[in-house]
Order: sequence, then structure tokens, then C-alpha cells
Amino acid sequence: MSQFEDPSTPALSKRDLMSDQTIRWCPGCGDYSILSQVQTVFAELGIPKERFAVVSGIGCSSRFPYYMNTYGFHTIHGRAPAFATGLKLANPELSVWQITGDGDALSIGGNHFIHVLRRNVDIQLLLFNNRIYGLTKGQYSPTSEEGKKTKSTPMGSVDHPFEPCALALGAEATFVARTVDVFTTEQRDVLRAANDHRGTSFVEIWQNCNIFNDGAFADITDKKARAEKVIFVEHGQPLLFGTPEARKGLRLNARLALEVMDVNDANLSEVLVHDETNPVLGMLLSRMKPTMPVAMGVIHRVSRAIYEEGVHAQLKLAASKPGAGDLRKALLGSSSWTVAR
Amino acid sequence: MQRPLTILDDVVIRFVGDSGDGMQLTGSQFTNTTALQGNDLATFPDFPAEIRAPAGTRAGVSGFQLHFSSHDIHTPGDAPQVLVAMNPAALIANIKDLRTGGLLIVNTEKFIERELVKAELSTNPLEDGSLNGFQVVPVELTKLTKGATADLGLSIKDTDRCKNFFALGMTYWLFSRDTAPTLQWIRSKFKAPHDEANVRALEAGWSYAETLELFHERYEVPPASLPTGDYRNITGNEALALGLLTASHQTGLPLFLGAYPITPASDILHYLARFKDFGVITFQAEDEIAAISATIGAAFGGALGVTTSSGPGIALKGEALGLAVMTELPIVVVDVQRGGPSTGLPTKTEQSDLLLAMYGRHGEAPMPVIAASTPGDCFRAATEAARVATKYMMPVMLLTDGYIANGSEPWKVPDLHELTPQPVVFETKAEGFLPYRRDPTTLARPWAIPGTPGLEHRIGGLEKQDGTGNVSYDPANHEHMVRLRADKVRRIEADVPELVVYGDVGALLVVSWGGTFGSIRTAVDDARAQGLRVGHIHLRWLNPFPANLGALLLGAERVLVCELNMGQLAGILRARFLVDAVSYAQVQGKPFRVSNVLAKIQTLSA
Repeated sequence: MSQFEDPSTPALSKRDLMSDQTIRWCPGCGDYSILSQVQTVFAELGIPKERFAVVSGIGCSSRFPYYMNTYGFHTIHGRAPAFATGLKLANPELSVWQITGDGDALSIGGNHFIHVLRRNVDIQLLLFNNRIYGLTKGQYSPTSEEGKKTKSTPMGSVDHPFEPCALALGAEATFVARTVDVFTTEQRDVLRAANDHRGTSFVEIWQNCNIFNDGAFADITDKKARAEKVIFVEHGQPLLFGTPEARKGLRLNARLALEVMDVNDANLSEVLVHDETNPVLGMLLSRMKPTMPVAMGVIHRVSRAIYEEGVHAQLKLAASKPGAGDLRKALLGSSSWTVAR
Repeated sequence: MQRPLTILDDVVIRFVGDSGDGMQLTGSQFTNTTALQGNDLATFPDFPAEIRAPAGTRAGVSGFQLHFSSHDIHTPGDAPQVLVAMNPAALIANIKDLRTGGLLIVNTEKFIERELVKAELSTNPLEDGSLNGFQVVPVELTKLTKGATADLGLSIKDTDRCKNFFALGMTYWLFSRDTAPTLQWIRSKFKAPHDEANVRALEAGWSYAETLELFHERYEVPPASLPTGDYRNITGNEALALGLLTASHQTGLPLFLGAYPITPASDILHYLARFKDFGVITFQAEDEIAAISATIGAAFGGALGVTTSSGPGIALKGEALGLAVMTELPIVVVDVQRGGPSTGLPTKTEQSDLLLAMYGRHGEAPMPVIAASTPGDCFRAATEAARVATKYMMPVMLLTDGYIANGSEPWKVPDLHELTPQPVVFETKAEGFLPYRRDPTTLARPWAIPGTPGLEHRIGGLEKQDGTGNVSYDPANHEHMVRLRADKVRRIEADVPELVVYGDVGALLVVSWGGTFGSIRTAVDDARAQGLRVGHIHLRWLNPFPANLGALLLGAERVLVCELNMGQLAGILRARFLVDAVSYAQVQGKPFRVSNVLAKIQTLSA
């Protein structure tokens, strides 16, 4: 929150953000990288440590608050957006970060997820998507691909998955971004952008579960394949990816769908320019087919009224009226009488 | 013509009609007028869950009963002396309650073939002799209202909608009520030409009753002698909202209400939403779970967190209640009980959530439970619940019910100096801070809110190590914490006044709790007036119980527990105190009739 930046705040180091608790994620879990990036970014933001509140639900990712040396609340399954909303309403000056997973946010907590986005409460909502239930030991999740064989789907899942960024856009999100646990530099950029955005900042972080869904994102995290499989989007810039030898771009075809084109100096102008304010483009970028690259970075960002600011503006307006806050008057109501001696 | 004026000690009147006939409005206008005239009163609005059931059917009948008096009364009365019926369905559904020889004012225009069929009547009650035992006053309400408003150019439909004021005007004349407050209210509430039409209907009803020889006499109920002070008429939901507002004032904490609309609790949300000038935040959540979750989040942030609901909503909140118990955050949870299970009887009253309130959470998760006894008492119960929650740092369950939530009575408005401050001090000292350090007396943990430098800490639903609050799976620590959380509830006993038996000690002891106070107290009074030896205790705190409850139960000759469920309190008392308590239980979605309770007392006294 840039408005809370205070030059007198002593600079924090990443170490200041580490709690004294032993981290109990599995060795090799993608959550370690995310914890490290979040601690690094928190230290840079110029926000005093006591102003951070990290709120989570239930699941592997939701143990996150215990490892942050800030205020933290490990709540109940799926309901963290509601806890975060109440906390932010009670104290809008806090920098509230919600940590959730694909099961927590999209399955048991689907209702709260869409409503916090619609209200545009000024929090950061980080969804660690590993496309599996980890803490309950390996059942399919609402983002698992069709046909996935897990303990609860021995013949393969017949459920169709959500695309979290598209769902967020459908829920009127004002900030939608995607990143990956191992893309550390890009992840930190996205976290900073999420912090700077005023309103609910939804960040989907693809995260490897090396125990129950190892390699779920290997095809894009593989260093060699990355250039051809990932497109980093940036507002106002052409949607380009590929290698210097094989430049590629995205264009809109006549069926209003995105398609990949080979790019050269002559046809560069045909490449679509990213407009993060256009929700239709955001939807197209969120839902690209497996034959297309995966969009990473800030997919959608618009400005809209913030929920808790609207609430507090009404309180302020009501309190400014003559006779406001007169308890005796409130108790007497509009019709009272006096019994005299 | 001058009719003789008869002075009555008390009157029970009931207005009944279609859901669209404005019976609730008519009843509440009669109530406000009566309150302003200084009578004691008690009301019982009774309406269907459907907003507009098919017109003219028994399913759509809506009623409002009012008992007003010149002495202290506790109930809206068992049976009315006066029934105002707007149509055949309303008549047939209510006539069995009218006292023999009672006055029946009936809108005859509706007693036509089509309407009789809708009411499932094969004969016309006005003609078949079934009303012979009553004083029937037939009135053509729509025609008379039309006559009074003819020059206003209203449609037939709009004219018809004024007829309840005509009926109200008649009853105002009959019981010597002042029309001024209602006339003033009409003018402030309705736009032209409807304001004028309603005013004329009311005045025409008055004149009609005065001019024609419909009634043989006229009545007056002199004011009751109430202690000096300022009074208003108040429903339980209004009193509860004001109690929460006052608790915010007493504790110095901003009030946060997280709620999802549900009958019969929604009015609390509506009332509190109007108090934005007091800094009250009302959050209409996406569901019941979000409502309590946001409330706990706000409490973590330092607000006085409250969530209000009814049975189905409380069931949904169970898991979050466990978290509030575990994280020892102060919130107030209000259950305005209604008939269950499932959707049950949404607009009817019941006391069947006692066990839900006491035990309705997984794990060992005890919670303090307090129950309000009358509409006005909801105010004090709310302030008490908030005081205990913040003093002991734990969630508190406050039970009311549909009967006292919608019913009303005159309420003595407290002076501000009577409201003792209950200031809450947040933890600010970093030195030696531990999130689960204990106050030696109350066992409360410190309330250290986010934003306080140096007190950064994490809380959550996993078992806590006492003191540090760190996650702990240690077996001995878990048992210690389970016992400690139970001990916290027990220690509230220090704040619960001992019970004083009303009436005879060591005789038959009648035990009640919550919204049945009025009926039970009246029945005990009646029994004692008949010379029976009976005592009464009414429980306010149900967890913990008052310290002397066991001694009183075991010292009684017999114990009779009256409640609107299947004997939930009786079961708890039998288990806790090994007392051979007799249960008198009723589950009809209605308050007790005094006469039924009296009969039970007589049986046990025989």
C-alpha cells in the first residue's frame, strides 16, 4: 500500500519477517520459494511490520501465517476472505494478505472467493495452485485436469476444472495476475504490483507439490521450453514470446480467438498489444488452450471503488450530521412518554 | 348518544385479516397509542412465513394480539375479549380463541360465496348460528371507507387498502384511545392523497362507532402506575439492537455486526444499519458462515464483533464458533430462536436451540449462554453478553426467540449515567508479551490487535500451547487447554447473580428460562392467588448456571421445568443435579397459555 509508506519506518530485512517457528512443509515444496519471495517483498514495501496481517484458511498453503513474523490468523477451511474482510473493515490501515490454495479458495470457499472479489476489498489474495489436495494426501482438486487419477478418482476424474484467473474475472476482480513458484524475479514483480493495486489483488501462483502432483507445471518451468510455452504480458506492450531466432506473437483472428503467429519486422504491427483494462482480453489470455503459451504477469488491472472505503465514507457522512451519535436520543426513539411523579 | 363508560382493568384485543390487510400495522398503531396513554401492555404479532399467501385462504391469515392494562402484566393474554376479523378465513382461524360473550367486529362484505370457498367454509358463519355466543358487530368496511374518501379520486383498490384504519378508528372509540398519535403518524408516513384517505378512514371509523348504536357501552382502561421515568414501546429486536449499541458505548469499542438476512432476526440488522452515525458497521455477508467469519476477523482487529441469526444460521456457524472458542476472541452470537428443525416454522417461536447453543460445536467447545426473558430485557441481556465476552475474552451466545423478538412492551429508557462503563484495554506492552498469557482471575488472554508494534503474533484453530500460543500437539497440553477453556466459562459464575425464589421457598419450584417468563410468572401468580404454595425461578444465565441453582432445586418439594421444546433444560438439570425434575414441554410454535401452565401447577400441587 503505497499510501501507508512512511519514510521514518526503519528498513526491514527479510530476516525480520521470519517467525521463530519450524517450517513444516515437505522438503522440495514450492511453498518455500513463495514464502521467501513474500518475505523479500514485504521487507521492501516500507510498511511497518505490525501493519501486516496474513490471513489463511486450511491446507498446506494456509500454514503460511505461522512462518511470517507479522500478525497472522490461521482460520477455517475456505472462509479466509470473510475473516480478511472483517479485519480490513475494522482496521482499513492494515495491509491484509490472504493466503489460500486451490481447494480452500475454489472448492469449500468458492462463495467467499467470488464475493471478496466482487466487493473489491483492498487485500492481496494469493492462491497457491498445485492442482491437488496436499494436506489430505492426494485427492483431486477443482483445478485438477479431467481424467486425473488420484486416491479418490482411481479411474480418473470426470470433473471439469476451473480456470482460476477466468473465474476471478467473472467475479468482477479488479486485479488478476498469474505467476509460478520458481519464477522468482517475475513473482516478486507481481507481488509488488499486487501490493500497489488498490482493491482485491488476485494472484494465482502455480506451485509444485512434489509429493502428490510432482511436475504438474514441468512443461513450462523447464528452462529450455519456457520461452516457447510462456508469454509474459505487460500493459501497452505487444504480446510477444518465443526466442530471438523464432519470435512469436498473439493476434486476434476473425473468430475473436487468440492465435499464435510467427513474428518478423514486417508483421510486428499485427501482434496484439496487451490492454490490462480489457476484461475480454483478460479472459482470452486466462483461458489459452494447451497448444498455446501460458499467460503470466498482470493479466487484468482496473480501478474501482474499494468496499471498506465506501463503508467508512458512509460512517463519516452520517457522523457529520447534526445530532449524530446521541445515544440518549437513540434509546428514546421516535415515540416516547414520561411518567411523572 | 352517550353510552355508559365501563372502567376495565385490562383488555385483550386481536386484529386478524389477510397478510395484505395491514393487520401488523393496525396492531402496532393501537400499541403505540396505548403505550402513550400510559398502559402496561404486551403484544403478540403472529403472521405466516409467506409474504402474500393466496388471498382469503386460512394460510394467509395474519394476526396481532395486544393485552393492555392498568396494572403490571407479563403476557399478551391467553384469549381475546375483542376480535376484529377482516374476512372469513381470519374469522374461522381465530374464533375458537374469543372468550364466550366476547365482542366480534367483522367485515361482512367478505362473507360472500367466493370468499367462503377460499376459506373452506360450506356455510356462512354470519348466518349459520355458529356465532351465537358472541356479540357480533357487522360492518361493511370497504363501503363505509369509500363513503368517507369518495371525493379523493382513489381507485377501488386504494380505497380498500384504507379499511384497516376504519376498523382501527372504531376500536379507538370503543376503548377511548387518542387518535392524535396515529393521525400524526399517517401524515408523516403516507403521500397525498393516501395520507388524507387514511386520516378520513380513521376518523370515519371513530364517528361511525360513536354515532350508530353498534356498541352498548364504551370502555376505558386507566393508565398503569409505572415508576417515574421516560418510556417507549419496544420490541425485543429493537431492544437487542439498542443494547448492542449501548455495549459499544460502554466498552468504547466500535460495533461490528456481521449478518445474513434470516427470519426472525433480520430486524436487528435493519435497526443497527441506521446507527452509522455511531460508527456501527453492518456487514451483510454472502452467507451465515461469512457473517460470523467476518465478525471474528473484526474482533481480531479490535471491534466489538456481533453476529445475529436464527437456528438454521447458527447451525451453519458451528465451525467458526469453535474457532472463536479456540482463539479466545470476544464475540456475541445472537440466536433468535424459531420453530425447527430445518426451515421449520420460520415466523413462529420455540426454545429448541438450547442444546445447540450449549453443545452445538465439535470437540470440547463450551460457550457461555445467556437468554433474554422479555422484549425489554433483550437490552440488558445484550449489554451483559458483550460485557462478559470482552471481560473473559470468549464468544458468548445470546438466546432470544421469535415471540419476544417481535412482541413489544413499554420499556423504561435508561439514563446514560445508569450505564456503567465497561472499558476494554488492549494490550500494548511488548515486554513479556505472550498471546495466551492469563489473567489470574478471569483466565482471559490479552487482546493485542494488529497494528500494535512489537506484539506481532499468530493465532489459529490448531491447538495452542498455553502462554506462547504456539501450535502444540502435546497430549498433556491439550488436556490442560480443554480444561482451561471450560474453567473460563465456570469463572463467569462470579458475574452471575444468585437466584432468589419468587413466591414460596421449599414448595413446588417452577423453573423457566428465556422468553417464557411472562406466561410462567403469571401462572405462578394465579396459582398463589388460589392459595397454592409455589415458587418460581427464571434462569437468565444457562452456562454457567447461577451458583445456588443446585441447592434451590434439591431443596424444593418438587421441580417443574416449563419450556417450549421437548424438555431440553429439564434434561440438563436432571443430569447436572440428579434432581427428579418434571418437564412441562410444548412445541406448537406458540407461547405458553397461562391457563395451561396453571393447570399443570394445579395437577402437581394436588
